[in-house]
Amino acid sequence: MTDDEILSKVTAVVRDVVGDDSVVLTMDTSAQDVPGWDSMAHINIIVALEHEFGMKFKTASLEEAKNTGDLVHLIKAG
Amino acid sequence: MPQSFLENRHEISPAVRSKLSPTLPHGLPVVSRLDFLPRLKPQTIFPQPEDPEFWSKLRHIAGHQLRFTEVLKLDRLIAKISPQAAGLKLKLAILSSATTEHLAAGLRVAGARHNMAIEVYTHAYGSALQELNDPESGLAAFHPDVVLIAFPYPHLFGSGALAKTPGSIRDNLAFASRMLQNLRELAFEKFGCAIIQQTILPTQPPLVGNHEFQLPGAPACLTAELNETLRQQSIDQKFAILAIDEAAAADGLAAWHDRALWHRAKQEITPAAGLAYGEMVLQVIDAQRGRTAKCLVLDLDNTLWGGVIGDDGLDGISLGQGSGVGESFVAFQTYAKHLSERGIILAVCSKNDEENALLPFQKHPEMVLRREDISSFVANWTDKASNLRTIAKHLNIGLDALVFCDDNPFEREQVRDAIPEIRVPELPEDPSFWPETLAAAGYFESISLTADDFSRVAQYRLNAERENLKSSSSNIDDYLRNLQMELKWAAADLVNVERITQLINKTNQFNLTTKRYDLAQVQSMMTNPDSLVLSFRLLDRLGDNGIICIVIGHKSGEELLIDSWLMSCRVLGRGVEKATLGVLAAKAAALGVRQLRGRYVPTDKNKMVAEHYENLGFVAAGENIGGETLWSLDLAEYTMPDLFIRLTQVEQ
Repeated sequence: MTDDEILSKVTAVVRDVVGDDSVVLTMDTSAQDVPGWDSMAHINIIVALEHEFGMKFKTASLEEAKNTGDLVHLIKAG
Repeated sequence: MPQSFLENRHEISPAVRSKLSPTLPHGLPVVSRLDFLPRLKPQTIFPQPEDPEFWSKLRHIAGHQLRFTEVLKLDRLIAKISPQAAGLKLKLAILSSATTEHLAAGLRVAGARHNMAIEVYTHAYGSALQELNDPESGLAAFHPDVVLIAFPYPHLFGSGALAKTPGSIRDNLAFASRMLQNLRELAFEKFGCAIIQQTILPTQPPLVGNHEFQLPGAPACLTAELNETLRQQSIDQKFAILAIDEAAAADGLAAWHDRALWHRAKQEITPAAGLAYGEMVLQVIDAQRGRTAKCLVLDLDNTLWGGVIGDDGLDGISLGQGSGVGESFVAFQTYAKHLSERGIILAVCSKNDEENALLPFQKHPEMVLRREDISSFVANWTDKASNLRTIAKHLNIGLDALVFCDDNPFEREQVRDAIPEIRVPELPEDPSFWPETLAAAGYFESISLTADDFSRVAQYRLNAERENLKSSSSNIDDYLRNLQMELKWAAADLVNVERITQLINKTNQFNLTTKRYDLAQVQSMMTNPDSLVLSFRLLDRLGDNGIICIVIGHKSGEELLIDSWLMSCRVLGRGVEKATLGVLAAKAAALGVRQLRGRYVPTDKNKMVAEHYENLGFVAAGENIGGETLWSLDLAEYTMPDLFIRLTQVEQ
């Protein structure tokens, strides 16, 4: 999957979790930029992404992730 | 079958996974084991609040195996429901030392599935005790109907040195057990609410392994020991158990607990298991409120045996005989038989000629179920929905007390459409998995089994015999005299308070006001000197019918207000109502009461008692909106009629 394909799936997941279909994500978007992306939503997003992509994030890499682009790269690396 | 998606995933190489990922099960592994409908189709349209059928459509969606994000989406819609539109309303508070806010969505969605609008209260991290003690707390303002206590191992036992001496092991256990008991007692004292105690999730890995038991101070052993203590306490202290430890044993710990999330957010239950968790909690709540089923209705062909008896004949059907399929049907029958032995009524509903349908019961050597195990046997060519109505009528139970098992998806769908109250599990294709599907669905959950549960099936069978006696007696008086009935009554029978609560919550038809009370409320009325809680047990020459009637009254000056009057329909037409009034009048007179006041509040199900008070000689005393009628009886003008029932009081 290309970065763009992953990003569009990540966008769909974030929309579903925060309940806002107008959310647009770029590789530079961070949680603070999206209304509703609080700490509980963040965990829900991570769990939903793990389901969606059939993978598991490592705790350390998640803590280092600063924006959507970092998440996309972690997903790509599996 | 109950495969853990989390575990399977690691066995798939990334290359293969990228190809497979669109079809990998995104659904929740735990949920797929239950009786949920299949996953939602991608184009499923969620209803909008303006929709007149908003709540029933939400309920329908909630019945499916929802993906994680679908649970969140549905929950946001449930929040828009108007309070009048939803089913029963219930306030649930979770007291925990872990993070639980993320569990609210799954609880509310499971609530919709069970026709309950659930309001969930979770408190700030680590403040359970303060919330209970502070009269100004959010919890106090919320005033829950149900409190769920859910504590993780680390907050009960800490992470200190391993307990090695019997004394220190005992101290550790006593401390943890005392802490939970304290919370339960406080919650009950403050709110008089129903209590659910979650067992301790076995998150602690063994230190030894197979021989862990040789180190009784090991965390895994302390967990098991405390869980055993909680189960024992639940019997005497009357709280319900949420057996999360057994769920983890069945599904694998990873399906319920994500260690990374525990460390990251102190979530003991992973959000991914939210709906399954909600479902488990709702099953217990249903049981606490007596909303569980009483009767398992079974199809025959390809449900109790493989093949079609009418086509394949006695030798052609597959049952036992060492074949995998045949053995799976034997196992399913054995499960049904055991259910009947613990008090679940069995019935048969089959499209068949009756003669063919009976043949295996009479002649097949491997049949586990016998004809006498089946309290209502209906085999004909009428549609199943009509036949299920017949069965409910024959057994004198509500349609919502039926669970219908059929291998045929079309029949299941037809019944669900025609009679939404009947629970129709989505059975997997392979009958090997039916017993655990039924078990996990929790239809027959019960907080406390009473002696009546064990004899109920025999009672229903005896009723059939009474019907025969009735048709052989020349007139009704002969029949009633022949029955040699004895009505044993008790006031404030604390020994049988569970059964009494069960009846209060389960009785729909012969029920004048359909008021529901939980165990704690019934106990409190029993100890109130101005309240009467009368319970009646009927015996006759064919056996014990168990406790069949409850009357609750509250004294107000010289009047007794009859708050509840309900009776099991099994004993209709035997003059029990008249005998009951005799006891009630005597007890009321002893309290200094001059007048009884009754009320009939109509529901969809209790038309049969609309004339109850009139038939007993009460005079009409007005009418309220909604068809509610008021009645009164002057005790000075009442004399008990002659009856074929002997009255005896049970000594307490």
